[in-house]
Amino acid sequence: MSKTLEVSGLKTHFFMRAGVAKAVDGVDFSIGPGEVMGLVGESGSGKSITGFSIIGLIDPPGRIVEGSIRFKGAEIANAPEETLRTLRGNRIAMIFQDPMMTLNPVLRVDTQMIEALQAHKKIGRHDAWTKARDTLGLVGIPAPDERMRAYPHQLSGGMRQRVAIATAFLNEPDLIIADEPTTALDVTIQGQIIHEAQELCRRSGASLIWITHDLAVVAGIADHISVMYAGRIVEQGDIDDVIDRPAHPYTVGLLGSVPTANNRGQKLYQIRGMAPNILALPTGCAFKERCPRRSPDCETSPEATTRGEKIYRCHHPHLEAVEA
Amino acid sequence: MSAPLLEIRNVSKRFVRRLDLAGKIASRLGAGVSEETVHAVDNVSFSIAKGEVVGLVGESGCGKSTLGRVVAGIHKPTEGQVFFEGQDVAALTGARKREATLAIQMIFQDPFASLNPRMRVEDIIGEAPVYHGLTTRAGAASYVDEIMTKVGLDPSLKKRYPHQFSGGQRQRIGIARALAVKPKFLVCDEAIAALDVSIQAQVINLFMDLREEFDLTYLFISHDLSVVEHIADRVVIMYLGRVVESAGTENVFERPVHPYTSALLAEAPRLDQRKRAFVPIKGEIPSPLEPPHGCHFHPRCPHAVPECSADPPALETVRTDHVAACHLRGRFV
Repeated sequence: MSKTLEVSGLKTHFFMRAGVAKAVDGVDFSIGPGEVMGLVGESGSGKSITGFSIIGLIDPPGRIVEGSIRFKGAEIANAPEETLRTLRGNRIAMIFQDPMMTLNPVLRVDTQMIEALQAHKKIGRHDAWTKARDTLGLVGIPAPDERMRAYPHQLSGGMRQRVAIATAFLNEPDLIIADEPTTALDVTIQGQIIHEAQELCRRSGASLIWITHDLAVVAGIADHISVMYAGRIVEQGDIDDVIDRPAHPYTVGLLGSVPTANNRGQKLYQIRGMAPNILALPTGCAFKERCPRRSPDCETSPEATTRGEKIYRCHHPHLEAVEA
Repeated sequence: MSAPLLEIRNVSKRFVRRLDLAGKIASRLGAGVSEETVHAVDNVSFSIAKGEVVGLVGESGCGKSTLGRVVAGIHKPTEGQVFFEGQDVAALTGARKREATLAIQMIFQDPFASLNPRMRVEDIIGEAPVYHGLTTRAGAASYVDEIMTKVGLDPSLKKRYPHQFSGGQRQRIGIARALAVKPKFLVCDEAIAALDVSIQAQVINLFMDLREEFDLTYLFISHDLSVVEHIADRVVIMYLGRVVESAGTENVFERPVHPYTSALLAEAPRLDQRKRAFVPIKGEIPSPLEPPHGCHFHPRCPHAVPECSADPPALETVRTDHVAACHLRGRFV
C-alpha cells in the first residue's frame, strides 16, 4: 500500500541572531491512507513546526534545511509556492488550536467556505453554498442554514472549531494536520470534536496527524504514535505497543506523570528538570540531563533503532519491556 | 468529623451589566433594552473539613472560578455567607478579619499574568509577610530563602524578574507567594492547566508535599477530571452555576448519579482506552444570561423527563456523603 505521506530526515532550523534553533532536527515517519498518527510532545519539542513544515508554512528566519517530505510520492519540501497553493486547503488541510487563526473575523462563514471551494475547483456559487452547508451539517452544527450567515464572533469556541474543521474537510483532502485542535475546549466539546474528526476520516479515508501534548487523547484516537523531544522523534510505533511497553526513558516518564485511576493519591512519577533550551542543546542525547539511565554512552547521539514495529533513539532503552 | 474549616451557605453571585446613559434613554423610549444579569453562582452550599482536598469540577462558564474567588474573598457574595473556622467572614472586623483573610490564599491559572513583571522575585514573595509583620525587614531575606527552598526554587535566583523563569518555575513563585503569609487554606484555580505534562506532575507532587508539611486544606478548581481524581478527597461538580453532584472521590468516579457527571466521565480521554469511539453528549452549555428552566442540564440530558424542564431539582442525599441534584436520582443507570 502506498503511503499518503513520507517524511524522512526532515530538519527545520531557525536562523536567529541568538543562534540556530534546531526546532526539527531529523524527523522520519510515514502515514498511510485512513491512518491516524498522534504526534506527541511538550512545548518546544518541535511538534507544531513539523506540521507547519509539511504544509509549507515555515517563514524566515526558519527554513527546511534538509530532508524530504513526499506527499503521495511527490516531493513537496521547499516546493515552489504555486505547487503548495494547489495543495494547501485542497489535498492537505490544517486545523489549528485557535480557530480564529483559520477564520477571518470580518467575513461571514458562507463567504469563507465558498471561497475555499472556488479557490480549488470550478464550482458554481450555488453548488458551493450547498456543499458548504452540507459539510457544516456533517460536523454536527445545528441549523447549518442559519450558521452559514453568521460571523465567527457570533459562534461559540466549539462551533468555531467545527467551522474550521468543516472548512478543512470541504475539498475532501487526503491528509489533515490537526494542531492541538481541542486543547482550548471543554471536555464535552472535546469529545464531540474528536468524534466528528474520527467519523470524517473514517468516511473519506483521509490520513490524520493529530498533534497534541495530551497522551490520553492520543490513546483514544490514534493508530500510531510518535513521541517528540527537542526536535527529534525519540520513540514511535503502534499505539498499544508504545503506551503499554514504552522503551525510551522519556516516554516512560511522560506516561508515569499522567494521573490515572491506578495511582490515585500516590506521588506521580516526575521527570527531573525541564526541557532544554533549543538554542543550546547538549551534545549527544538531548534527554541525558533528565534521564535516570544516563551513562557515558549518552555523550554520543543515539541512532534510531528498529525493533519489531517500534523505533526508538536511546542507548539504554527499557528493553525488558520491548522483549516481553 | 471535625468542624468544617470552611463552609459556604447558600452563596449566590450575580453580575449585572448596568445600562449606560444611552441605554437608559432608549429604555425610557421603550426600545426594550434592559439590564443583563448573569447568575454566575446560584445558591451553592458546601463545607470543607480541615486537611481535606476538595476538587471543584466543571466546564467553562459553570461558575467554578467565581465561586473560588468568593471563597478567597476577592468577590463578595451577592447572597449567602462564607464561614471560616465557624465565623462569618463578612461580619469580622479588625485583626480577626485580617487573620481570616491571610489564612485563605489563592493560586491562579496563568503564571504569566499573576506575577507583577516589574517586581523581583524576592519582593513578590517577601512583600506581604513584611507588611503583615510575619517577618522583619531585616529577616525578610532569610524568610524568602526558606520559602523558595520549600517550593523547590533555588534561592540564589531571588534577584531575578518573573520573565526570567519558565512556566513551571513561575507557578512555584505563585505558590511561594501564597505560602509566605502562612495560610491554612489554598484556593487553586486551574493552577496546573497551563503547564506541560512533565511539569504538571512536579507541581501536583509539590501540592501534595506541602499539604503534609503545612497541614493545608485545598479547594482545587479544575476542568481536568484525571487530575482531580488523583489529588482530591471529595469532588464537587458544578453546571451552570449550580452544584449538581458532590461526594467522596470514589463515589463520584465509580458510582456517579447525575447524568452530567456520567457524561463528563465518559468523555474524558484516558490512557487505558484505545481507539475508542467517542460518543458525545449533544449540544453546548447554554448561555448563563438565560439559563434553561428547571434543571439546567435538561436540554442536553439523554434521560430528561417532563418534570426536568419544570422544576429545578434540589440536592438530595443518595448515600452517605453523596448528594446529587437530579429528579431521576440515578434511576436511569
